[in-house]
Amino acid sequence: MNINFSEQELAFQQEVQTFFREKLPESVQAHIDNGLSFSAEVTVAYQKALYNKGWAGINWPVEHGGTGWTPTQKYIFQTESAKAKAPRQIPFGYSMVAPIIYTFGNEEQKQRFLPDILASNTWWCQGYSEPNAGSDLAGLKTRAVRDGDHYIVNGTKTWTTLGHHADWIFCLVRTSDEGSKQKGISFLLIDMTSPGVSVKPIITLDGRREVNEVAFQDVKVPVENLVGEEGRGWTYAKVLLTHERTNIAGVAVSKQRLSALYDLLNQPPAGCPDLKNNSVFMSRVVQVEMELKALEFTDLRVLSSVSTGTAPGPESSILKIKGTEIQQALDELYVEIAGIYALPFVPEQYDEAGYEPRIEPFFAPNAAPHYYNNRKVTIYGGSNEIQKNIIAKQVLGL
Amino acid sequence: MDFALNDIQQMLKDSAGKFIHNDYDFETRQKYSHSELGYSEDNWQLFAELGWLALPFAEEFGGLDGNATDLMVLMTELGKGLIVEPYLSTVVLAGNAIQRGGTAEQKEALIGGIVGGELKLAFAGLEAQSATDISSINTQASTAGSGLVLNGKKQVVLHAQSADKLVVAARSHNNNGNIALYLVDANAEGVAAHHYPTNDGARASDLTFTNVAAELLGDSDDAAAVIQAVLNDAIVAVSAEAVGVMDKMLAATVEYTKVRKQFDVPISTFQILQHNMVDMFMECEQARSMLYYAAITIGGGNSEEQVAEANKASQFLKWKVGQAARLVGQTAVQLHGGMGVTDELDVGHMFKRLTMINTLFGSMDIHLDNLVKQRQAA
Repeated sequence: MNINFSEQELAFQQEVQTFFREKLPESVQAHIDNGLSFSAEVTVAYQKALYNKGWAGINWPVEHGGTGWTPTQKYIFQTESAKAKAPRQIPFGYSMVAPIIYTFGNEEQKQRFLPDILASNTWWCQGYSEPNAGSDLAGLKTRAVRDGDHYIVNGTKTWTTLGHHADWIFCLVRTSDEGSKQKGISFLLIDMTSPGVSVKPIITLDGRREVNEVAFQDVKVPVENLVGEEGRGWTYAKVLLTHERTNIAGVAVSKQRLSALYDLLNQPPAGCPDLKNNSVFMSRVVQVEMELKALEFTDLRVLSSVSTGTAPGPESSILKIKGTEIQQALDELYVEIAGIYALPFVPEQYDEAGYEPRIEPFFAPNAAPHYYNNRKVTIYGGSNEIQKNIIAKQVLGL
Repeated sequence: MDFALNDIQQMLKDSAGKFIHNDYDFETRQKYSHSELGYSEDNWQLFAELGWLALPFAEEFGGLDGNATDLMVLMTELGKGLIVEPYLSTVVLAGNAIQRGGTAEQKEALIGGIVGGELKLAFAGLEAQSATDISSINTQASTAGSGLVLNGKKQVVLHAQSADKLVVAARSHNNNGNIALYLVDANAEGVAAHHYPTNDGARASDLTFTNVAAELLGDSDDAAAVIQAVLNDAIVAVSAEAVGVMDKMLAATVEYTKVRKQFDVPISTFQILQHNMVDMFMECEQARSMLYYAAITIGGGNSEEQVAEANKASQFLKWKVGQAARLVGQTAVQLHGGMGVTDELDVGHMFKRLTMINTLFGSMDIHLDNLVKQRQAA
């Protein structure tokens, strides 16, 4: 048993550090320090830099332009990326639709869609949830009716993250009412510029537009945009969920946030309370630190078993729950350390670099919006309660 | 990076797992626990034959040169049987102290006997005023003629009843305030003992030393680093034991709720009980992960940086295991209903052991408080 990197892995780590040092502009890194939002332009520029280095398809097979990295290399990349304060790759194209296309799509679809996803030429969004299909996702009602060479799609998708930037949306749609409700679901790719597609913003508790409601009214979708077979969409989506969920625990980013929190505690900016000498608060910080250390090793255990070719053990099922609990615990601590400066609501100073006049300490007014927004993490991707149902059934056999 | 077991670890896991499964069921364990000796001497000889007693000792003295990860593997399996044999005292505490702090002559004289199963030891550290703080020691060593003697009182010395020799922490005979370790014959003149059973089925004793002949362990009268290293290993050992106990409690609880019917259905079909068991499962896994971190770190090396990291890791581990053990233990009892609070069922005894483990070597809140103070001082 050891947690050492091999010579090759250490060399790879160097290469990743060099990449971030040379290719990530300081102005981009400053976003994390200053709490600025990454704009769509900054994100795409970063994704293109990764593409030029050959590192865009982190989890993709080599034959489709992926890195072919080992799990340990992926872990090193995520860790260094968080340390370098890089933006995150928007997952909908890279790690959600692309694996379904290269696993279940036909040759024509692979050639048509994968290169543009890899090169960050197209922006994808996800059309799964509906106003009346959340945890019970299979109850979805968006309907695709075959009409010659097209499907006619009607219905509404919701919580569509960054859908207002998207060129394409991948959807679970109902193509049949026969049999179980899962069996009538198909996987359809829809051009967002199609007539009849409308995108309406949903403003979240942080006052921002991140998610949307996407409505389809008699939208014509060519049948060649169906992935795999009709009626198998649920299976494809499920395979993906259990398939490759690296970094789902978000350990690297939480470590970075914890380290930044200790910096604030050690040198509290003017206006922030001195919580370093508050033992009650410090005890919460240290408990988060310890839970995070345990989670890091849970993550490494999963990584190690995947590296050696064995299937991840049951411990992999807790990554989402524990990871999101820790993220939210950190959010709470940040709101508290912001003190009275948690009150000002000034989203402009985070959306526009150089916005004046700034309210200082700069991080503080962003702490509460981030906390509000991040309540989503225990809700999305299968709420934590649904995750527990899954563990009860699949791991404990209840 | 590699979390797989090596050959020796696999052998330890297999042999200990087999022993607990075949020869150490709950009724047998209770019989040993209630016997006059408090454990089985035959088992002890078997431990020697299987090489378990040789684990932490250097090869030159007949040991296996094992480190904290090896200890973790063995103790996780033994934990599942709630063993009452004095392994922790003889091997992990006192034997380990001799291995780490003793002179070559002392190791030559003692380790062979430990490995062979002839010599049992106990570690006398804490006193009434020290609570759980090993740096609070009043027992005093002093010179008497050509030798050394000890005077003082030790509290709750695990397995002292069966020990042939004691390793005792005391203030140095050089009167410099250092804490040193001394070797004492358990039956020496001037040793008065009050033996009693513990809540978790083992034995412990209060000891009074009155001018008891003693020998300094090692060449140095400053044993602080040796004691800390021994405690780190001991925390790995009892935490591994706790993880084994928790695994077994979770499995027992899942099994019980599947067969226990109320309202005409197995109670395992109730979602709130399912989520309670998932919470147990998550705590088991997080505790196991912390155990891996700590065992790998503590077995890591002796540089100043590595020792600092090891000391941190043992505190993290003791906190996490304390927290997990409380949730897993309490929930297992709750889900067993009335049966969970009977003396008859093993689950209650696992709960007792977990609860006592939290009190050993600093409870979770003591470690948490120490960590907070360290960060405040940084």
